[in-house]
Amino acid sequence: MPQSRAPLNETASQTAGPYLHIGLQPSTAGFAMHQTELGQQICAPDTNGTHIRVEGIITDGTGAPVTDALFEVWQANASGHYAHPLGSGPVEPGFCGWARVSADFQTGEWGFDTIKPGPTSGPNQSKQAPHLNIWIVARGINIGLNTRMYFADESAANAQDPVLSLIPEDARRATLIAKKTLQNDRPLYRFDIRLQGENETVFFDI
Amino acid sequence: MTREYYPRDRQLQPPDLTPAYKTTIERSPKHHLISMPHSLSETTGPVFGPSDVETGDNNLLTNYARPGESPVGERIILHGRVLDQNTRPVSGTLVEIWQANASGRYRHRNDTYFAAEDPNFGGCGRTLTDDDGHYQFHTVKPGAYPWPNGPNSWRPAHIHFSVFGTAFLQRLVTQCYFEGDPLIPLCPIVQAIPDSDAINRLTARLDLDRTIPFDSIAYRFDIVLRGEQSTLFENRLEGD
Repeated sequence: MPQSRAPLNETASQTAGPYLHIGLQPSTAGFAMHQTELGQQICAPDTNGTHIRVEGIITDGTGAPVTDALFEVWQANASGHYAHPLGSGPVEPGFCGWARVSADFQTGEWGFDTIKPGPTSGPNQSKQAPHLNIWIVARGINIGLNTRMYFADESAANAQDPVLSLIPEDARRATLIAKKTLQNDRPLYRFDIRLQGENETVFFDI
Repeated sequence: MTREYYPRDRQLQPPDLTPAYKTTIERSPKHHLISMPHSLSETTGPVFGPSDVETGDNNLLTNYARPGESPVGERIILHGRVLDQNTRPVSGTLVEIWQANASGRYRHRNDTYFAAEDPNFGGCGRTLTDDDGHYQFHTVKPGAYPWPNGPNSWRPAHIHFSVFGTAFLQRLVTQCYFEGDPLIPLCPIVQAIPDSDAINRLTARLDLDRTIPFDSIAYRFDIVLRGEQSTLFENRLEGD
C-alpha cells in the first residue's frame, strides 16, 4: 500500500507574477542576460518525426488575453521516449523535449515549433495517445496550471487514451484536442487555452 | 512499473481562486482539476547540467554590473537546500530567481513604477544545486513596491524562485520573503496560502553563520519538492 503521509510538506506555491520573464526568459523582459537562454528549442531541425507548429491564444474568464502568461512544454520524441534517464528509451541528440513559450504582450497569442510526439507508455501497461504536457504560470495564477494538448488527427488513439477517458463530458474533452490545418505544407495545430468560463480548458491535478 | 509521487496536499497550497488577490477572479478555472494516475509524462522532466549554467550566474552583484561597479542595496547571501518530501537532497537541479532592485523596481519593459532603475542590476540569477541539494545566490535585498490591487497595496520584499526537480510534477514556482517584514501579513498574495506554517516556511531566516563579515548578511531559505511514494509491488518494497 502506498504511504499516505510524507515526512516533509511540499513548499507552497506563489504566483510567478507579471515579471516572470526576468528570471525565465530575460530577452522577453527586454534585456540580454545569458549567452543562451534556456528553453528556446524543443528539438533540432534534423530531429526525427513530423515537424509541426503549434499556436494558440490564452484568454481569461472575460475573454481578455492573458498577456503575461508563460508556458513550459514537455513532450516525448517521435518514438515516445522522454529525454530523461527514466524516459523509456534513448532520444536523438538535439532533442530535449522542453521549451518555454511566452504569450504576446499585446495579443496573448503564443506559438512554437516542434515535432509530433509518438504514443507514450501510460499507467498499468496502457498506451497514451500522442500529447504535449503544458504547465502555465502568470500573474493571477497562484499555482501553475497543468494541461495536455492532444492531436485531432489521432482520433483512434485519443479514444483509448487513459487520461482523456477520465473526462466524462465530450465537450470538455474537446478542449484538449488541437485542430489541424496546414501552413506552408507543414502541419499547424491550433490550441486555444481558456482559463475560465465558456469552453474552459481542462486542467489536471497531476 | 510507474513511479508514484505523493499527491499534492492542496490544503497547504493556495487555491486557484483567492478573491482578495483580484486577478485570480478572472484567471482561476471554475471547473475542478481532474486527478490522474502518474505516467512517464509526469514523472520525467527536463534535465539540466553544468553546460546550461554559466559561471557567475548566481552572483547578481556582478552578473549585470558594469566593470568595477556594483548594484545599490543591502548585500545578502541567500542560500538553502532543495529537498524532496522524503528529506532527500535534490542534487543537480536548476534553481532560477528573479527580483526587483533595492528600490522595488524590476528590469522589465512592463514595469512602470517610477522608483529608480539600477544600471548595475539585472535581477536574474540561476544555479544548479550541489550533491547535498544546496544552492546559493549573492544579491541585494529587494525593495517593497506598490501594486494595483487595492487602493494602497504593497508587496513585501520578495525573491521569486523557480525549481524543477527531476519530474514535471515537481515543478514549483514560489516567492521567498524575509523574516520580520511587516507587509507579509497584509499581502493577499502571501495570504492566499491557507496554512500559517506553510507561510512561515516561505520566510527566509537570518543566518548569521553564513554572513560574510564586513561584506554581506545571510538568509536561509529551504525548498521542499514533491517526493516519491514507497509502494509495495509484487511483495517488494520499491522506491525506498
